[in-house]
Amino acid sequence: MMNFPLINPLKQPVNILLVGVGGQGTILASNILAELGLRLGLDVKQAEIHGMSQRGGSVVSHLRWGEKVFSPIIPPGEADILLAFEKLEAARFSDHLRPGGIALINDHSINPMTVSAGLVEYPDHAQIQGILNHVTGHIYWINGLKIAEELGNTRTANVVLLGALSSLMTIDPTDWATVIQARLSAKVIEINLKAFQTGRQALRN
Amino acid sequence: MKRLLSGNEAFARGSWEAGVTVASGYPGTPSTEITETFAKFPGVYAEWAPNEKVALDTAIGAAYAGQRAFCTMKHVGLNVAADALFAAAMTGVEGGLVIVSADDPGMHSSQNEQDNRQYARFARIPCLDPADSQEAHDFALVAYNISEQFDTPVLFRMTTRVCHTTSPVEVNEQRLQPRPTIKFPRNPPKYVMMPANARKRHVIIETRIQELAQFAEAFSGNQVEMRSRELGIITGGIAYQYAREVFPDASVLKLGMVYPLPVKLIRRFAEQVEKLIVLEELDPFIEDQVRLMGIELYKPLDAAISYPNTKTIFPVTGELNPAIVRLSAEKANLLPPASQKASMSQTALDLPARPPVLCPGCPHRGTFYVLHKLGLPINGDIGCYTLGITPPLNAIDTCGCMGEGIGVAHGAAIAGDQERHIAVIGDSTFFHTGIPALMNVAYNKSNVITIIMDNRVTGMTGHQENPGTGRTLQQKETTEVNIEQLVRALGIEKVRTVEAYDVDTIEKTLKEWLKTEEPAVLITQEECALLPSARQRWMPLAVTDKCNGCTVCFRIGCPAILKSDELDPKYNRPLAKIDPLLCTGCEICAQVCPRDAILFRNQIKPIAQEPVFSE
Ligand SMILES: Cc1ncc(C[n+]2csc(CCOP(=O)(O)OP(=O)(O)O)c2C)c(N)n1
Ligand code: SF4
Ligand code: SF4
Repeated sequence: MMNFPLINPLKQPVNILLVGVGGQGTILASNILAELGLRLGLDVKQAEIHGMSQRGGSVVSHLRWGEKVFSPIIPPGEADILLAFEKLEAARFSDHLRPGGIALINDHSINPMTVSAGLVEYPDHAQIQGILNHVTGHIYWINGLKIAEELGNTRTANVVLLGALSSLMTIDPTDWATVIQARLSAKVIEINLKAFQTGRQALRN
Repeated sequence: MKRLLSGNEAFARGSWEAGVTVASGYPGTPSTEITETFAKFPGVYAEWAPNEKVALDTAIGAAYAGQRAFCTMKHVGLNVAADALFAAAMTGVEGGLVIVSADDPGMHSSQNEQDNRQYARFARIPCLDPADSQEAHDFALVAYNISEQFDTPVLFRMTTRVCHTTSPVEVNEQRLQPRPTIKFPRNPPKYVMMPANARKRHVIIETRIQELAQFAEAFSGNQVEMRSRELGIITGGIAYQYAREVFPDASVLKLGMVYPLPVKLIRRFAEQVEKLIVLEELDPFIEDQVRLMGIELYKPLDAAISYPNTKTIFPVTGELNPAIVRLSAEKANLLPPASQKASMSQTALDLPARPPVLCPGCPHRGTFYVLHKLGLPINGDIGCYTLGITPPLNAIDTCGCMGEGIGVAHGAAIAGDQERHIAVIGDSTFFHTGIPALMNVAYNKSNVITIIMDNRVTGMTGHQENPGTGRTLQQKETTEVNIEQLVRALGIEKVRTVEAYDVDTIEKTLKEWLKTEEPAVLITQEECALLPSARQRWMPLAVTDKCNGCTVCFRIGCPAILKSDELDPKYNRPLAKIDPLLCTGCEICAQVCPRDAILFRNQIKPIAQEPVFSE
């Protein structure tokens, strides 16, 4: 199903833009990726904007791995991977993806106020796909929330997505498991490792 | 071993290692995590002060008493604390004193993007500008030494991308011994700034800044990196990262200390390169000074310097990023036009926006619903409640800086404005700078109605303690300010505290007060819906089949109320539905519904057993 070689972060710098909506665990996922980079002996920068404590706003995290990373921000057109936890946000940040980059998208929509108040329409699936097609042919959809629900804990959806992301890279799954375990409280480790494994298989089916 | 730290965490760690024992600050993005992180280290005292001026005076007092201390704030906070800054610049200190100003280029969460490096020059104090977390850590250690060696406060200027970027940091496991306690100095010529003493001190601080300029020549944070001699870039802070990213082959003079500048070092660097440019975010702070040194900078052919904006090549507004730097460089013929342009897809621009909104269950919502209906001019302030501006509430008319709302309302009232003015202000903002303004309303007698929206926390910046919460930053129980008593003590006689969710009482009280001409204060009280204790009470409400799609509940702007796909058979209007994952059960929608179609909390349990409602 994947028609490109796996990404090897030890051989090439990797820029991942994580986007989502407040409350989806986007930043936690980004923290895990930052720890993973450090574990692999890479230089790492992870940048996001804090401050608006309100729920419901867009969340963006820039994650860069490389031998030496300078700018914390991934400029438009330079992300190798767009990891989107929400569909509209995937479309919104599609311009950050480099032509031919990988879009890995949670097939889940959360209406912004403007939509729920009936002022504007949420773009349909085909429109979003169309916007992304402009930039790349490598678009992968995964229903992280549904998978997490089936596993019995909807809050693991972000780790399901990390599992899917891992299947696009050469990194040893035990390295992933180590950083995931280090970042989570003991109670939820087991379910999250299961979520990771399930996500890792998801794109292969 | 290296560990991942944000710039904020790294500065806090470096300060702890430097033996700092006292920190005071006022929350403000992007600075907030510095003092929060520091508060958790062993052997330290850390506090939230009611405002930045009080915080800085506190840090100054600790430094006079011989301890190492720091003070944190966001950039605009230094405007509030400027008086204290200039005072400390005059007196100098005993223990090292570092003032962190976290600037916000791009205004991610601020009302302006002022460049606080200017304050260093204004107050004649040194300014450090770290480029990443490692430097935030290392420069912290150096800053206290500079402060003590030169008897000066040090301005530690950070920016959003340094504060909130996480990167690997080599830390020290050992902490320097905190300084011993001393007998408080009795040294009036140095510490009592009456004119005769101050005149002498001014001469001293002008000499001090000269000596600091000498120090800058050999300061290890100012580094020349020679690569190709074709292009030389003078840069500092976060802009260094963009310089390295966009011009990998250029030579760079990286300034860790951006005031005062090392003249000889800059001159030597200028002589070694063919073209010399300055790359910095916001103001031409370094650029202007380099020109004043008589050093020639590269000018693209057609670019005239257009006074008063003396910045060439790079933009004076907004946050930089590699794409902007590259584009500016291309325009200035420093780089060939790019072969690969960013794939700006036009369609992406028409997507529905996702602006921040008041949370579901926000205690501010009901008041704004009433204010919207009243239609009077509303002088707002800064906090979550500024979001009262968002549609459909549209209930804020002015908002510029913290604490201004009451004063602005008073000014409009005494200017004879025909409409009654209402000022809205949060609890933390009231403690910050609202108190003197309300005192002025009472003392000089205007008819302003002030609404203090007491959500029991400093919400906007991520839920910090304040004098009204009864807890300190280090989680000690403390005296809680009673806002109602305080307001009475200021001389306001018409005062009433109501539950913030009680829309009806809020409306009736305001309407009654509008019939009189006295100043009055309404305190709307209810915990922020995101506080852990409030979360425990969350309970989703539901819409029954009495709903006929009248749209009244849509007008409160709650993200949990959705237009369902189902239409009312008679009017053909979409019915309301409530998202059970978002709803907290605040009952504001239930109160405004004219048909009682939304069940109250106490109606839900019994009825829920016999499935009656449509959800
Ligand atoms: C001078 C200044 N200091 C700090 C800030 C950052 N800031 C913005 S809103 C806010 C707190 C508001 O708290 P509160 O008044 O209690 O209102 P809430 O957000 O809880 O509704 C702070 C500290 C600022 N904008 N200006
Ligand atoms: S954080 Fe609290 S005060 Fe701020 S919008 Fe949300 S509920 Fe309201
Ligand atoms: S009770 Fe009504 S207004 Fe309150 S959170 Fe729920 S839907 Fe929103």
